[in-house]
Amino acid sequence: MSENAKRDTPEQQEFRQYCRDWLASNVPPPPDFKPLRSGAELATEEHLTYYSAWQKAAYDAGLVGCDYPVEYGGGGRTRCQSVANQEMLRARTPIMPGAIGLGMAAPTIYFHGSEDLKRQLLPKLLSGEELWCQGFSEPGAGSDLASVQTFAERKGDKWVINGHKVWTSTAQFATWMILLARTEKSDKYNGLTYFVVPIKSELGKSVTVRPLIKITGETGFNEELFDDLEVDDAYRLDEVGKGWQVAMTTLAHERGAGPLTAPTSGGQGIEVKRETGIGEYPLLKLARKCTRNGKPAIEDPVISDKVMSMLVRQVGIKQHRRMRSVGGLADQQRLALQDKLLATEYQQDAAAVALEIEGPAGTLSNFDEQAPDQGKWPLAYLSSFGGTIAAGTSEIQRNILGERVLGLDKSK
Amino acid sequence: MSESDQATQQPKDFGFDTDALALKDVAEKFFQDNLPTHKLHGLVAEDSDLRNGSACRWDKDLWQQVVDLGWLMVAVPERAGGMGMSAVAVAVLAEQAGRAALPGPLVPTLSASYILDACGTDNADAALSLICEGNAFSYAASNQSGSWEHDASELVLEDNKLTGALHFVQDAQKVDYFLVNAKRDGEPTLVVVPANLDGLTVVPNTIIDLTRDQARLQFDQVAIEDKQIVSAPGQALNALQDATPALLTLICSDICGAAEWQLQTTAEYARTRKQFDRNLGFFQAVKHPLADFMVAIDLARSQLYNAACSIDYEPELAEQYARMAKSAANDAASFGSKKSVQLHGGIGFTWESFVHIYLKRQLHSQTLWGDAAYQRQKLAALILQGN
Repeated sequence: MSENAKRDTPEQQEFRQYCRDWLASNVPPPPDFKPLRSGAELATEEHLTYYSAWQKAAYDAGLVGCDYPVEYGGGGRTRCQSVANQEMLRARTPIMPGAIGLGMAAPTIYFHGSEDLKRQLLPKLLSGEELWCQGFSEPGAGSDLASVQTFAERKGDKWVINGHKVWTSTAQFATWMILLARTEKSDKYNGLTYFVVPIKSELGKSVTVRPLIKITGETGFNEELFDDLEVDDAYRLDEVGKGWQVAMTTLAHERGAGPLTAPTSGGQGIEVKRETGIGEYPLLKLARKCTRNGKPAIEDPVISDKVMSMLVRQVGIKQHRRMRSVGGLADQQRLALQDKLLATEYQQDAAAVALEIEGPAGTLSNFDEQAPDQGKWPLAYLSSFGGTIAAGTSEIQRNILGERVLGLDKSK
Repeated sequence: MSESDQATQQPKDFGFDTDALALKDVAEKFFQDNLPTHKLHGLVAEDSDLRNGSACRWDKDLWQQVVDLGWLMVAVPERAGGMGMSAVAVAVLAEQAGRAALPGPLVPTLSASYILDACGTDNADAALSLICEGNAFSYAASNQSGSWEHDASELVLEDNKLTGALHFVQDAQKVDYFLVNAKRDGEPTLVVVPANLDGLTVVPNTIIDLTRDQARLQFDQVAIEDKQIVSAPGQALNALQDATPALLTLICSDICGAAEWQLQTTAEYARTRKQFDRNLGFFQAVKHPLADFMVAIDLARSQLYNAACSIDYEPELAEQYARMAKSAANDAASFGSKKSVQLHGGIGFTWESFVHIYLKRQLHSQTLWGDAAYQRQKLAALILQGN
C-alpha cells in the first residue's frame, strides 16, 4: 500500500479504489505530438482538442472538482481531490488544459463569487468546456501588482473597462478571464476591484489578444488590449475596492497554499524511472562526455567542483522537501516559502554550469545537429528566467522570506 | 507514493521518532535555560587578549549536568550500556549544543563513541563503558600538516610504547581519555590512553575559537597495555571508514545549530536597529542575504538529517551523503558568518558584541574533517570510483 493510501479516510479509501478502477481502462492513448507538461504550454488547436477531451472525460467520471459542492458542478466529496490527483499521476494521465481555471479562477469564484456566478461558471470551468486565463500583470505592474492601471468605470449597472494586460497564458483559447482592475485612482490597494470578464465573445470587438514571443523564440503567452469592454456588475467578485484581498486568494491557490486542492493531472510521456543512481546526474554525464584541454571535462578540478556543488544542491532540494514531511522538526511555513526560490534558481544555475562544461559547443542551439544533449542546455538556460521571474520574482521571494519568516519590515 | 520513495531504504521521516524529537526539545530548552548567550559571553570572552588563546574556558558544573543527562552515551550501543539512540537523535542533540556554542567535549566524545562502536572488540566496548560512566573522549589522529586522512598519523606504537606527536586534537584539555591513531608496523591501530598518563604531554595551541581548546599531544615512550588497544588487528581503517559519516554529521550538526543562532540573532538586530529612520530589515541589501542564509541553513539541515538517517538505514551511501552535508553546512556557515558580522555594522566589529564568538566557532568547525572543496573532491572520487 502506498504512503498516501495508508492515511486515507473511509471515503478517500473508497474513492481511491474507484479512481483506480476507472483509470485502469480510461487513460487515452498518447497523442501524435510531444506530450505537454502543463496547461500553460497549450499552443495549437490539436493540443486543445486532445486535452479538452481528456479533462471532460475525467470530469464526467468525477475525478475533477471532487471537493466542490454538487450544485456548482462538483462531486460533493471531502478532501478527495488530492486522492484523484495522486491516482491520475500514478496512471500517467495527460495534463488538463484548464489549469488556470482549476487552480486559480475556481477557488477565487468559490470564495468570493455570488451564488448565481458559482452556478453559472463553475460547472463548465470544471469540465474544461470553458477555459480561463488570468489578467493580473500589466506593462507597468509586475512585481508591484497593486499598481495596475487597467480601469473599470462604473456606468449604471455596467462597468466599462480599458487597459492592457500581459504575460497571459492560454488567452488565445480562453472564454473567460479573471481580471484585476482599478476602480479608484486615489487609493492604491483599496482602489482595486476583481471581475470575471468574457474574452472569447468579445474578440475583434472590444478585446484584442496578441501573442508575445518569449526569450526562446517560442510563443507561450499573450497580451490583451481592452477598448471599452462592457461587463455587467453581476460579474464583479466581492465588493468594490476589495480586489486586492480577492487577488490574494488567487495567488495563495497559485502557490498551492490555499484551502482548496486544485485538480491536477499529468505524468503522460514522462519516463517511469526508478530512483536513478547519482552516476546518472545529468551534469555529471555531460562533464564525462565533453572534452576540456584534451581530457573529459570532469577531470578538470574546477569543473568537477562545480558539478559536485550542483549535485549537492539537487540532493539538498530533495531532502528539503522530505524535511517537510516531519512534524515537530522544523517550521513548515518557513520551508514551504523557500520552494520556488530553491527550484528555479537551481534550474538556472545548473543550466549555466552545463554551458560552461560544453564550452564552444554551448553556443549551438537545439536546431543544430551537432549540439550536445540535443541543444537542451542553452534553451534550458534561457527558459530558466521564466522560473525566476514569473509568479513572484526571486527578489520578491526573498522579500517574502525576510518579512513573513524573519519578521523584517516590509520593503514595499 | 511515487516509485522513487519506494526505491530508497530510508524512512521518509528520516527515522525521527518521538524519542528523537523529545531529545531535541529537551536539549533546546536545557541550553536556553542554562547557557544563554550573555552567560556564554561572560564565560569565554572575558579576556580579549589573543595571546591567551590556549586557555580552557568552560563551565565544569554545566558540563557535569550534560554528563548527568546521559548525553555522552546517546550513541553508545545498548550492548555496552549506552542508550543506542538513532543517528538523527544524536544529530539534533549536537545541533542544539552547537546553537548554544557549548564549550565542552560533547561532539568529540560522541565522535569517539561511533569509532569505538565500529571497532567491535571487547576492549572497545570496555572503552564505551568508560563513556557511559561520564568520561569524555577525544579522537586524535592528525599530523603536523593537519591531514584528515585516516592513515596520516605519525604516532608510532612499538613494543607497546607510543612515541611521536598528534596534532589538532580537539578539546584536549577537557577530556579524560584520548582515542589515538598510531602506526604499528605501519598499520593504523587505535589505542585508548588516559589523558593524565605519564610521558604524555598536552601542548595547547593558541587558537582563535574561544569556545574550544585544541592541542598537540606529545608522546615520549608512553607504555600501554594490550587491553588499551581497541581495534582488531588490521581493522582500524575499516572501523574509521565506517565511522566517517558519523564524524562528519556530528560536526555538521554543530555548524547548523550555530548557523541558526547567527541567523536569528542577526534577524533580531535587523528588526530593531534603526538607520535612515528605518529598521535595517526594511532594506533589501540586508533582507535578501538573510533570506539566502536561511535557505542555505535549511538545505544543510535537510542534508544533515539525510546523512544521519543513512548511517542507520543505508550505510553504503552514508559517506556520500555526509560529504554532501558537510559541503552544504560549510557553505552556509561561510556565507552566514560573514553576513552576521557585516550586517551588525560597527558593533559587529567589536569584542563586546556576541557575533564574533560564533564567527570564530564556525571558522574552526569548517576546518574539522575538511573544508567544503575537500568534501566535494572526496564526493567526486566516491562517485567516479562507483561507476
